[in-house]
Amino acid sequence: MIASGAPDDVWAPPPGGWTGVSPRLGSARRLLLFTVSSPVVLGGVAVAAIFGGAAGAFAALAVFAVVLALLVQVIDRQWRAIGYAERDDDLLVKRGVLFRQLVVVPYGRMQFVDVTGGPLERRFGLATVQLHTAAAVTDAAIPGLVPEEAARLRDRLAALGQARSAGL
Amino acid sequence: MTDHDDGPVVAVVGEEWRRLHPASPIVRGWQPLVAVLALGLQDGFEPQRLAVTGVLAVVAVVVGAMYYWLSWRVARFRLDGPDLVVESGVLFKRSRRVPLARLQAVDIVQPLLARALGLAELRLEVAGGKSSDAPLAYLDLESARAVRNDLLVLAAGLRDDVSVDPAPPEAMEVVLATTPSSTLLAAVVLEGPAVMLLVVFTIALAIGVVTGEFAIALGAVGPILFGLGGPVWASFTRNYGTTLADSPDGLRIRRGLIETRSQTVPPGRVQGVVVREPLVWRLFGWVRVAATVAGYAGGDQAERSTTLLPVASAATAQGVVDRVLPGVDWRSVPLSPAPVRARWRAPVEGGRLGAGIGDDGAERVFVTRRGRFGQRTDVVPLARLQSVRLRQGPLQRWLGLASVFADVSPGPVRAVGLHRDAFDARALVDRLVTDARAARAAAAPDRWLHRPPAGEEYGPPA
Repeated sequence: MIASGAPDDVWAPPPGGWTGVSPRLGSARRLLLFTVSSPVVLGGVAVAAIFGGAAGAFAALAVFAVVLALLVQVIDRQWRAIGYAERDDDLLVKRGVLFRQLVVVPYGRMQFVDVTGGPLERRFGLATVQLHTAAAVTDAAIPGLVPEEAARLRDRLAALGQARSAGL
Repeated sequence: MTDHDDGPVVAVVGEEWRRLHPASPIVRGWQPLVAVLALGLQDGFEPQRLAVTGVLAVVAVVVGAMYYWLSWRVARFRLDGPDLVVESGVLFKRSRRVPLARLQAVDIVQPLLARALGLAELRLEVAGGKSSDAPLAYLDLESARAVRNDLLVLAAGLRDDVSVDPAPPEAMEVVLATTPSSTLLAAVVLEGPAVMLLVVFTIALAIGVVTGEFAIALGAVGPILFGLGGPVWASFTRNYGTTLADSPDGLRIRRGLIETRSQTVPPGRVQGVVVREPLVWRLFGWVRVAATVAGYAGGDQAERSTTLLPVASAATAQGVVDRVLPGVDWRSVPLSPAPVRARWRAPVEGGRLGAGIGDDGAERVFVTRRGRFGQRTDVVPLARLQSVRLRQGPLQRWLGLASVFADVSPGPVRAVGLHRDAFDARALVDRLVTDARAARAAAAPDRWLHRPPAGEEYGPPA
């Protein structure tokens, strides 16, 4: 750090603290990682075996194992970095480890709220709540919510949005 | 009145159905013809090709004429109390009701052919639409202006139903700025193409000197010149004769050489303003002013509609910004610069970056400055903020920097406080959020009530 102070102060939580998301988001993303990477790993090991014999295959396997272990670490830190906080007038959403982002959306600015769940998310009993404002760049999605929490959040946000609607 | 209303006559609330001008299919119908001709003749004029193109052109004309005639027959509209209802569609019917309190802008557009026939397209914009939300193409110019006036009167809340209580005549206006065509031409040439040309010529000359083949080297400049000419010509004709006026209906912008465009943006519809100073323009003290209006998002019309002043002196621009965002002097808002270490992250624009909240005027604004070659200043009223974002990448974190984004609806304005000291950035986010809440609470209603500033009178529209 060149600047003084710890980065945590910049990303200081709101008074009520952050609400995290379900650890199952980590499981879902790990499954996705393994599913997508397995053909690459198998192919890579096969190619290494053809050109380098057993030693090559083991070397490739070791490299892949290290890479995958790192990616699993990244996934773990990523889902832990996601958080949201419902304040009196606005919703805070934060995410990201390497590229961090904090979004503040006033309830009155919400145009509509989506709850979505892809096949993978549903398999793990998860849903994503996405807020939409009139600004297309507002990037406030909360993945990895259990369906009951997603529904509660959606209804609460819709109600608050209605109560504090401020047009454009 | 029309062949849609065959049933017994019932009491109609609001207006009766109205139709588009019968010549509309002719004005719209030439488009498929042009498409066929352009495709057919792009590779030369061999006899066989000409024959095929000719047949296709006839087919295009016949099919096009039938389609546009049918779509004219089914299209109709009426003002129903404070709403506009538009019905259209040959195969897929669409009936759209537009609540006029949500009106963001009304444009009257006259392409060349429509202009020759005295016709005009009325484009009605509300927020959230991808392209124009209810285009009425075409009406005769006089009806278009009358309908526009009705729409604005209803949107302003002056009347609730113009069929019961006719609208007052078109509001008077005061002209804020006009753009001389010589200045416009010089400005669009100097904005970028001139610099590019200089570079290209230098390279061509250098190649000529090295190889000794001056003719070939300079000959290659021709097509590049042609390529650069297109955007210059488009920008010039689009913004030719831009006149910006203020009226109780809001801002009025008239412009165009070939296709003319007359826009009305009601009060309180401007979500933000950006003042651009391209590199070469700074020698002349010229700026360009563009605004974000929610209705102008998306579609091919966006780029054409968002410019308020294509080129103006900083003083004129200040006058206009002051009118659009009352009481805001964008040049005197104190901008705190980004820290010196921001230059590690942004070597070119690092020394130019700045951001600040202006709160001496009637309206609180967030102002940011940035730009690699030219310079741009984005001004966003806090009452218009949709969300606030704080972002930090790995390099920024290492340098103790973070960027603040003040989001408004899509358009040319993007107020971003880039690479600020991370703690200041977080404090700025908190302050923006708090101040925006207060500004929202004090914001004017959708149906505006507007008075001319003291000591000024509105004159008749040109």
